[in-house]
Amino acid sequence: MVELSLPKNSRPTKGKVWPKPDAKNLRELQIYRYNPDNSDNPSIDTYYVDIDDCGPMVLDALLWIKDNIDATLTLRRSCREGICGSCSMNIDGLNSLACTKGIDEIKGVIKIYPLPHLPVVKDLVPDLSNFYAQHRSIEPWLKTKTPAPSSEGLQSYKDREKLDGLYECILCACCSTSCPSYWWNGDRYLGPAVLLQAYRWLMDSRDEATGERLDNLEDPFRLYRCHTIMNCTNTCPKGLNPAEAIAEIKKLMVERRV
Amino acid sequence: MSMRNPFKIISGLGSSRDGTMHFWYINLTAIANIPLTIFLVWFVISAAGKNQAEMMEMFSSPLIMAMMLLTIISFVWHMRLGMQAVIEDYITSEGRKITAILLNYFFSASVAIIGIVSVLMLGLGG
Repeated sequence: MVELSLPKNSRPTKGKVWPKPDAKNLRELQIYRYNPDNSDNPSIDTYYVDIDDCGPMVLDALLWIKDNIDATLTLRRSCREGICGSCSMNIDGLNSLACTKGIDEIKGVIKIYPLPHLPVVKDLVPDLSNFYAQHRSIEPWLKTKTPAPSSEGLQSYKDREKLDGLYECILCACCSTSCPSYWWNGDRYLGPAVLLQAYRWLMDSRDEATGERLDNLEDPFRLYRCHTIMNCTNTCPKGLNPAEAIAEIKKLMVERRV
Repeated sequence: MSMRNPFKIISGLGSSRDGTMHFWYINLTAIANIPLTIFLVWFVISAAGKNQAEMMEMFSSPLIMAMMLLTIISFVWHMRLGMQAVIEDYITSEGRKITAILLNYFFSASVAIIGIVSVLMLGLGG
């Protein structure tokens, strides 16, 4: 059932205001904190970051806090250049990658929450188990019936171009967790990220399992929960268009029926 | 925390191999509803101020009657499909969902039948 408010034990309370560092140029960050080791509700802690001593990105500010103020602040991060998708979180009301979001892009207080509508493991770390299982369910690998060639499988430039705008997806889950349909039916609806990945394999000229892939997707919940809300496209930190990929899958479904 | 593996949870009961015709018909009726709405607006404006006998005369035209029947069928069909999508979006409990979908069918069928019979009665002078 649609949930218009958070469960009682998930509602954030006002948290700790950490002391201001001795610096001239400060930015205020309000960050969601949740510790699974106690029964307290999540809280919103306030931190002040010395911008002159910190890198330009939101991830730099978070790591500055970890290094200088509060080592217990928990977040995922790895590549710090927008290619691993680990540091996806809700920044200033929009799902984004902390490593590619500039501090100067945000006016006023920088508010940071974990990705919406997922169970929280700790602080800014959501549980993405279902999301990864959904990705596995679309079998994101090349499937052929023709015996493997003795040399590399060739693909024309034109066919390769069809994968542009699809292969770049880093599975950060920003799009899926911005989608209201995914919020309400996340266990059954595959969500924009996984459907974009599904379309990437449907479009691959070397793949020979198109029919089976479409069979697997053809379902009122797996595919057709998409109502072209477009949050996915608006929020994608890589500038991709999952809504278009989903529309293309729907067109393929109609094409083989009508 | 569930003891089931995530893959078990998201696999559910598998793909139903369905949904495409729902998608097709909701779009088909949406497109059909554009000219039908224009017709309905024209009809309401033309019928304004007419008495019952004059209305019945309007409905007795085969074209008007056919367009009115098409309007009712297309509108109600679109309404039922749209409402079903809303129910599937927002109601997760299986019992409530099935009940709502059944009520949606019954309500839509009632509206359609009442509309069609009314048009036929007016048009055929019943």
